[in-house]
Amino acid sequence: MALVFIPSLMQNLSNGEQRVSVEGANVRQIIDNLDSMFPGFKNRLVEDGRVKPNISVAIDGEITPLGMIEKVTEDSEVHFLPAISGG
Amino acid sequence: MTTADYERNMVLATDTDYKVIGTRPVRHDGADKVTGRAIYGADFDAAGLLHGKILRSPHAHAKIISIDTSKAEKLDGVKAVVTSKDFPQSESRKDQWLKDNILASDKALYAGQAIAGVAASNPHVAESALGLIEVEYEVLPPVLTTQEAMASNASILHDSLTTEELGDDTGVVSNVASHSQHVKGDISKGFEDADVIIEREYNTKTVHQGYIEPHNATALWSPDGRLHVWCSTQGSFVVRDSLAELLDLPVSMVRVTPTEIGGGFGGKIPIYVEPVAALLSRKTGAPVKIVMSRRETFEASGPTPGSQIKIKIGAKHDGTLTAAYAWMAMEAGAYPGSPVGAAVQCVFSTYDIENSTIDGFDVVVNKPKTAAYRAPGAPNAAFGAEQAINELAEKLGMDPIELRLKNVATEGTRRPDGPVFGKIGAKEVLEAMRDHPHYQSDKAEGTGRGVSIGFWFNIGFDSACNIAVNKDGSVNLTEGSTDIGGSRTSIAMHAAEVLGIPVEDVRPSVVDTDTIGFTAVTGGSRTTFATGWAAYEAAQDVKKQCIERAAKIWDVDANGLQMEDGVISSKSDSELRMTFKELAEQLSDTGGGISGSASVNPSGVGGSFAGNIADVSVDPETGKTTVERFTCVQDVGKAIHPSYVEGQMQGGSVQGIGWALNEEYFMNDEGTMTNSSLLDYRMPTSLDLPMIDTVIVEVANPGHPFGVRGVGEANIVPPTPTIANAIYDATGKRMTQLPMSPGAILSVSPE
Repeated sequence: MALVFIPSLMQNLSNGEQRVSVEGANVRQIIDNLDSMFPGFKNRLVEDGRVKPNISVAIDGEITPLGMIEKVTEDSEVHFLPAISGG
Repeated sequence: MTTADYERNMVLATDTDYKVIGTRPVRHDGADKVTGRAIYGADFDAAGLLHGKILRSPHAHAKIISIDTSKAEKLDGVKAVVTSKDFPQSESRKDQWLKDNILASDKALYAGQAIAGVAASNPHVAESALGLIEVEYEVLPPVLTTQEAMASNASILHDSLTTEELGDDTGVVSNVASHSQHVKGDISKGFEDADVIIEREYNTKTVHQGYIEPHNATALWSPDGRLHVWCSTQGSFVVRDSLAELLDLPVSMVRVTPTEIGGGFGGKIPIYVEPVAALLSRKTGAPVKIVMSRRETFEASGPTPGSQIKIKIGAKHDGTLTAAYAWMAMEAGAYPGSPVGAAVQCVFSTYDIENSTIDGFDVVVNKPKTAAYRAPGAPNAAFGAEQAINELAEKLGMDPIELRLKNVATEGTRRPDGPVFGKIGAKEVLEAMRDHPHYQSDKAEGTGRGVSIGFWFNIGFDSACNIAVNKDGSVNLTEGSTDIGGSRTSIAMHAAEVLGIPVEDVRPSVVDTDTIGFTAVTGGSRTTFATGWAAYEAAQDVKKQCIERAAKIWDVDANGLQMEDGVISSKSDSELRMTFKELAEQLSDTGGGISGSASVNPSGVGGSFAGNIADVSVDPETGKTTVERFTCVQDVGKAIHPSYVEGQMQGGSVQGIGWALNEEYFMNDEGTMTNSSLLDYRMPTSLDLPMIDTVIVEVANPGHPFGVRGVGEANIVPPTPTIANAIYDATGKRMTQLPMSPGAILSVSPE
């Protein structure tokens, strides 16, 4: 199962858990399953079926441009971060 | 300094034998630029052109009670006046804020905010008409710093603004728009384990990017409903999509043509005058041009934020960093959106630290809405963190570069914000700094030396490219990335390398939004990485078609052919050989022309590290700092065009030095900027600076076909702490505020 790192500001949803193993072959399934385990995550992360524009998802250290359809493997690390741009 | 000197400065260069990549051809747009033929926005002209001017708020914080435009409308030569009421209704709070930053509706939230626009037959009439617009304000107390804005009794800018925490609305009405946080390990234990702890607060002022060309736009809203805008922008598609949203138009009805750009550095990503010109054109049926003055550019575009930063770092006697804490509040300006989210992800990312906590706050104040500026947020953060590292080195009796090398992040290091680094070049940058003749030399009498290093992520995002083959074997390359730093040529070099032709045979053009696929902004150090990648893929498409065409001509299997160095040949029959030019001549007779295209949104972005060594002298009588010697070292992955890479490194260094020593918005108590001219807002010139020496480090990014990382931003991160550390070395004064102007230096006592 993929290892999801719960941001400190979301650990109120995960009963203080900092890292959670979650089933899922893509980001959509990971978020759905995380929300089943700890209700409220999907509402915090998803808007109109897409990752919220102010949030980035990093898979294995890399911000994904594919959002909900990015593939996730059994050994993947998943992070939710504030989105950034540049100048 | 000669070209040969630069060549020797490159270290760890990749050993791949490229023909075009890594060379220094003359830029394609060079002749137009140096002869004045290049068309910038202010040069734009059209039959029946009207001139627009904008009335701006004199107050930093005021309710708008009423706006009476009737007298202005009656002035001879005035064709139209617009206010916020001319915008369609907004459905969201965010859209309304975007509109209010273009034409204020119920409140003016900074001095210089646009209130109304006028179109007239000439600029002088338009200017006169502004004086006839009557605006009744109820003036409110301004909030000008994060300290004021976060105080419990602060005047609130937005009654509807509540603090957001990573997708969660706390419901607390406040000037704090958002709070972000990253926690790694156990910070309490980390500080318990530390033998030495450094703790300080740092403050920085509002700073402008200082692009020489002011914002400008010409709009023509045709009777058929199509809107065409010509403007100076870092992202024509961002302008198109923003205009469509604000004006409630289908995207297909808006066309944006980017003119040449006289600098942006992040400040030309947002839109300001474009919608006003469009609304005025809709009312008049004529093209309307608006060009900001320098004062307007300072007071009404998007500077980078002032900030308050608290840093605490602990280490063991042997130099091992055990814990790091950062608290950062950044001014968003009038509406939410400071770069604090990036700052919190950069502040300690150079180092492998087991325990860290970082808090960031996005705070609205009565100043212009901030915009991006080269590695937005990271220079503010580094100003504090990299001084603290030098202080630690001094307390531990260690060389500051060796302390950094002992703790440096490498491939596999988990960053303070969680993800693990891929291939990075922080260690290689520090080693190149340590080994550089500058660092190995003795300091001159009376000078101080400083070092530091900084990190920036870089980004990918969407890019598109088309390549069409001409019958003489040249190719036309079209792309949508505004060329700020020579990217036309670096992108063309990607295509030339793949096709095996001279880059002079590639004619690159930056085209309008009707002519190329969606392309994100020129920003985030992404253009050579992502649009270059699109050119690489489009050229691969052309190459594949060339092989297939040659196979058709020779009546052989395409799988038995190859194309290398601009020659198509059979892998088994040496008689079958044809150059790309020879094939191009035959295209029309053998099936028609060949063109290739690609749209990409690549992953594989490689972060970049840049480090500085600076020697300074400080006049004890006047406090004036002179930069005597300055070296910039940066990991760029692969330098496609080393001269442009060096230019980016030098440009970022110079802007960082200006930020360090001189630049700031002087605000009076009423919240008005008092130095909004280039005479009073002092940016460094060539006469103020030594030659900026550059060392290109190439730790190839495995996520790009040629190893590119992106070079435009990381180089502005280390200059402010480097200069601060050098001033400390020269004077014993630890400078915790920017800018470190002569007066500021004289006001601080040595430690």
